[in-house]
Parts: sequence; structure tokens; C-alpha cells
Amino acid sequence: MTLTRRELLGTAAATSLLPLARARAADTPIKIGVLGDMSGMYRDLSGPVSVACAKQAIVDFGAAAKGIPVEILVGDHQNKPDIGAGIAGQWFDRDGVDLVVDVPNSSVALAVSNVGHLKNKVVIACGPGTADLTGPQCTPNTIHWSFDTWMLAHSTGGAMVKTGGDTWFFITADYAFGHAMQRDTANFVKEAGGKVLGNVDTPFPGTTDFSSFLLQAQSTGAKVIGLANAGSDTVNCIKQAAEFGVNKSARLAGLLVFISDIHALGLQNAQGLVLTETFYWDMNDRTRAFTQRVLPNTGGARPGMGQAGVYGGIIQYLKAVEKLGIAAAKASGAATVAQMKAMPTDDDAFGPGSIRADGRALHPAYLFQVKAPSESKAPWDYYKLLATTPADEAFRPLKDGHCPLIPA
Amino acid sequence: MFSIFGVPAPLLFGQLLLGLINGGFYAMLSLGLAVIFGMLNIINFAHGAMFMMGAFVAWMLLNYLGINYWFALPLAPLIVGVFGFVLEKTIISRLYKLDHLYGLLLTFGLALVLEGLFRNGYGSSGMPYQIPALLGGAVNLGFMFLPIYRGWVIVVALVVCIATWMLIEKTKLGSLLRAATENPALVQAFGVNVPRLVTLTFAGGVALAAFAGVLAAPIYSVNPNMGSNFINTVFAVVVIGGMGSIFGAIVSGFGLGVIEGLTKVFYPQASDTVIFVVMVLVLLTRPAGLFGKAA
Repeated sequence: MTLTRRELLGTAAATSLLPLARARAADTPIKIGVLGDMSGMYRDLSGPVSVACAKQAIVDFGAAAKGIPVEILVGDHQNKPDIGAGIAGQWFDRDGVDLVVDVPNSSVALAVSNVGHLKNKVVIACGPGTADLTGPQCTPNTIHWSFDTWMLAHSTGGAMVKTGGDTWFFITADYAFGHAMQRDTANFVKEAGGKVLGNVDTPFPGTTDFSSFLLQAQSTGAKVIGLANAGSDTVNCIKQAAEFGVNKSARLAGLLVFISDIHALGLQNAQGLVLTETFYWDMNDRTRAFTQRVLPNTGGARPGMGQAGVYGGIIQYLKAVEKLGIAAAKASGAATVAQMKAMPTDDDAFGPGSIRADGRALHPAYLFQVKAPSESKAPWDYYKLLATTPADEAFRPLKDGHCPLIPA
Repeated sequence: MFSIFGVPAPLLFGQLLLGLINGGFYAMLSLGLAVIFGMLNIINFAHGAMFMMGAFVAWMLLNYLGINYWFALPLAPLIVGVFGFVLEKTIISRLYKLDHLYGLLLTFGLALVLEGLFRNGYGSSGMPYQIPALLGGAVNLGFMFLPIYRGWVIVVALVVCIATWMLIEKTKLGSLLRAATENPALVQAFGVNVPRLVTLTFAGGVALAAFAGVLAAPIYSVNPNMGSNFINTVFAVVVIGGMGSIFGAIVSGFGLGVIEGLTKVFYPQASDTVIFVVMVLVLLTRPAGLFGKAA
């Protein structure tokens, strides 16, 4: 018998599927889909490091020893809500995914959160900023970890006003997140007795030169320039502010800055910047130990708060699965989320905490200042702690969120 | 202090100057594109990726080999130029006989592959690249602080543009190039190696993009997307100037930089759209572009 190449390939393909089919017949595993930006401008604050953190959570939880088989799927939503919702839908319907985690980019997260609610699965959002996820758009299936616009505005905005930065100018990315960030921050500035002198909406995406906006900001004489943008927009703003000496006449407030952005800027450009994160790898013994464990799989990058949130969120999720049993956890996402809310959280990245009824995970918020090059003693030694907002004050009060789950 | 249309004059002058600086980048990038289109009839969508590679090669030279900005300025374009040479020889040269669209698709695909490779290796948020010490600091012009480096960019961009224009319009080599575009068979009959000439032209155009990339490295974040942010605008610039017109590319590059700069003062939200509005207006009135020859 002669075997054609086509037949040979076909047979090879068929046999490679065999082990998979066998695995499916055994215990049904818990499936976790890490849905992030794997190829776009938010890749470094989500992407492969989030996947590494997810895997680390499963190892650290000891899922295998506890008899909970866990599988991880990875998806790239390309920062497009339709693609993100499509992947999530396919994962839930076809692939039997129980939990979607990470989901940076607010507009994608809102879409995916809806899909999770419709299919009664679990969504743990760690990468997006919009506080609407636990506000008007909250669902019994979604948990928001790590940070949100209200918290960032409250921590960074409030701290700047307290230290004399009472006149503000905003450079705002012209889309939903930028406007929300500016609105929330402006409210705190005004509440604290400060004044907003103006703002400029910059086209998003596609703006690379921010120097003219920075000069407009400078010409108003504002003491603080608030950067209501993220990722490479923020990086370019800070870099060009240093170039034009704008950072000498006014203080820059990075409203959403991750450690990956500081790494991209270099301390020479970023020094002095004030920012808020809820996780810093060099915070305490537990965060350092967690970082050391995950580091071999991140290519040397230290996780930021979004990526650490993937770790913390999955640990809490698996605790709930352990409590409920695999079958019950797979059957109802809402029941699993309710279980997650009923137990206190505790993981190496965020320490002890809790999850509120509206789905908001509560942890302290840390106000950092970026070190000068001379103060930095080791690679990624970037932050010094200025202030800590305790967990119960860091996030928007439950009653102000207008989450439909909360009786008014 | 007087004001113009409600905008303080110093601010306006500052914006004009910044517009010219950005125009310098547009001009350098569209120059390479125009040369490649004019000579090879290839719409090179990988031009932005070459710009990005120039910046990355400069970063690599500094961080892996300790070679500083001043040496990177000639070296990086050379390295990327060699890459372009190989690219033209192996892939792009197969497309000359086909429709423009094939070249566009191929180079667009190449751009995606190159960006993807760099993103895989270096992430998306970019790499720090410091302004060389000699060009650090700023001068006070009265109406604004001009960082010396930006001044340097505008001077270098002008010099490079004029030199390229002179090379193509005023030298023997340039006349051979232009002749080879008009009638390759005849030029070849005179004993000129036309395919070699074409390959070198492509490498040269690509090297120009890489040169702009090195110039951009200290002011923009060195990241895999930096080229695609520019490329759409630059294509509009080339279309406005007239496809294949060197002079048109230079003039419209600087001109549109200024128009964009002014838009940033009066209506910032539209600053990335204004160039395309101009493009539409130009195409409606002069379909071949401002300086293009009507087909």
C-alpha cells in the first residue's frame, strides 16, 4: 500500500487529538481563560505576564494536590470590544470556560462582563479602569480587582492637592476612559478646594507628539498637569515633558501609570512622578516572594497591579471552587462569585482583603513617588512609598456607586 | 503680550515651531516613500516598520554594544538599508510586473510581521533612549523654551531633504535613476545595471526611514507601534504632495506639520484628522496632488 502525503498528514493530525479526547473523558477540569491584550499598546500591563501570574496562582494554590484539575486558555482581544465579547462567548459556549480573567481596556471589559452575566459564568476584571464595572454596570458574575478610576483619582488627585497642587490642567485621551478619569479627578480636586484651569482632549489612538499640549498646559500656569491617559500615551507625555522642561514648572500627575511604563521611561525621565498602584513587587516579604516565584516566567518583567490582580483573583476563585466543589462551581458563576464574596481574601500579592457586595475587591491603595536614578539600588527598584489609603477608604463608598445589586 | 484669535502669541509661535519639527519627520518619511514609489512603483507600507527598526537598531547598538547616538546615526540606517536590500532582492522584486495592490498587500503584511516580532521580543510600552548629552538642555527663544534636540531635528531634516532632492534632480546618478524609471529597457541597453539601481534605491529609501527613526528615538517612546502611528499621516502627506514627487513630499511634509500644529491650538480633537481633510480637498481639486504630474 502506498501512503500519500495527504493521508500521512491526516493520520498524524488525528492521532495528535487522541490524548486530548482521553483527557476530556476523565475529570472535567476547571477552565480559566486569560483574556488580555497580547499584541497592542497594553500588552506590557497585561499580556504574557498576566498569563504567567495565572499559572503561578494555580501552582501556589496547590490545585493539583487538592484534586482540582485546572486548564488555562489564552486569548487576545486586540482592544476591540466585539472581538473580546466574541472570544468570551466562544469560550463559555464551546470550550466550557468557567472564568475569564484580566480583560484590560474598559470598553472591552464592559462587553465581556455582560457576556459573563448572560452565560452565568465568572469574570474577574483586573486590567480595566472604569469604576462603572462595580457601579451602574455591575453584575452578580463580575468582580473588579486591582484598581478603578475612582480609586486612582481619589488617591493621586487627593494627595496632590494636599501637598499644594491646587491648580490643575488635564491632558486627556479623547475616549471613554480618559473622560471618566478626568471627571473623577476633577471632582476630588474641586472637593479639596483646588481649581481646574482647563483641559485638552488629545486624539486617541494615534497621538505621538504631546509637546504642544504640554506647552498649552504650561501657559496656563497650572501647578499640576494631570495625565488622564495610559500606556504609551503617558510614556510619551512624561518623556516630552522632561524634554521641554515642563516638569520643572509644574508637577506631573500620572493618573494611570503601571510599573511597566516606568520601566519604559527610565528613571531619568520618570523621576519625581507621583502615581498610585495597589501592588508593588518590593512592598513586603510576601510580595517579594511572589515576584521571585513568578519571575522565571515573565522574562524579567516585574508584574504591575493588573497582572498581580490576575494572581490574587484566581487564588480567591479557586478557594471558592474548593469550597463549593467542581460541579457546583461549573454550574453557576453567580453562586461561585457569591462564595468568593462571602470569604475574606488573602494572597501574597495583595495581602488580606475582602470583596464587597457590588463586586469590588478591596485592598489598600499606595501612593508612590518614582525614585531618582541615584536612589535606585537594584533593577526595577523604582518606587518609594508616600502614603497608604486603607482598604475601607480607598474605593468609592458602596452607596455612591448606584450598582443595581445594592438596595438603595 | 498680544494675542491672535484669542490665543496668546507666544503660544502660537511655539506651536508653529513644533509643527515645523513634526513636519520635518513627515518630510523625511514621505521623502523615502516618494522615492520608492517614484522609482519602483511600490507603495511601501512597511515604511513605518523601517522607521521603527531604525529606532530599535539605535537602541540595540547602545544597549548591546555600547555604541552611542552619534555613531548610531549613520550605522542604524546602514544596517536597516542592508535589510531593505535583502528584502528587495528576495521578495519585493518579484512584484514589479504586478498591480500596485500586490505590493501594498505584501509590504503591509511585512510591516505586521516585523512589528509583531519586535513586540514579542521587546513588549509594547517601549524602551528608554536618552537625548545625547551634547544636545541636551534648552534655549529660551523668548516665546518658548526650545529643547536643543528639537532644533537639531529640524536642521538635520532640512539638510537631509535638500540633499536627497539634489541627489535625484541634479546629479548623474539621479538622472540615471529617473531615466530607469521612465524607460528601464533603454537604460539597460546603455549598459546600466537597472535591477541593481532599483535595489539600491529601495535600500536608500528604507535607510532614510531608519535615519528618521534614530532621530525620533530620543523624543518618542521607542516601541513597535511607533511607525504605524506615523505611517497613515505620512501617506496622506505623499498623496497631497503628489505621488512620487520628491519636492512635493518635502513641501507638504513641512506644510502639513504646521497645519497640524495650529489645529492643536484651536481644535485639538481634530489634530489627527485635519491632514486627511486637507487630503480630501486636494484630491477633489487636483487629483494628482499639489506637485504631481497628471497621469
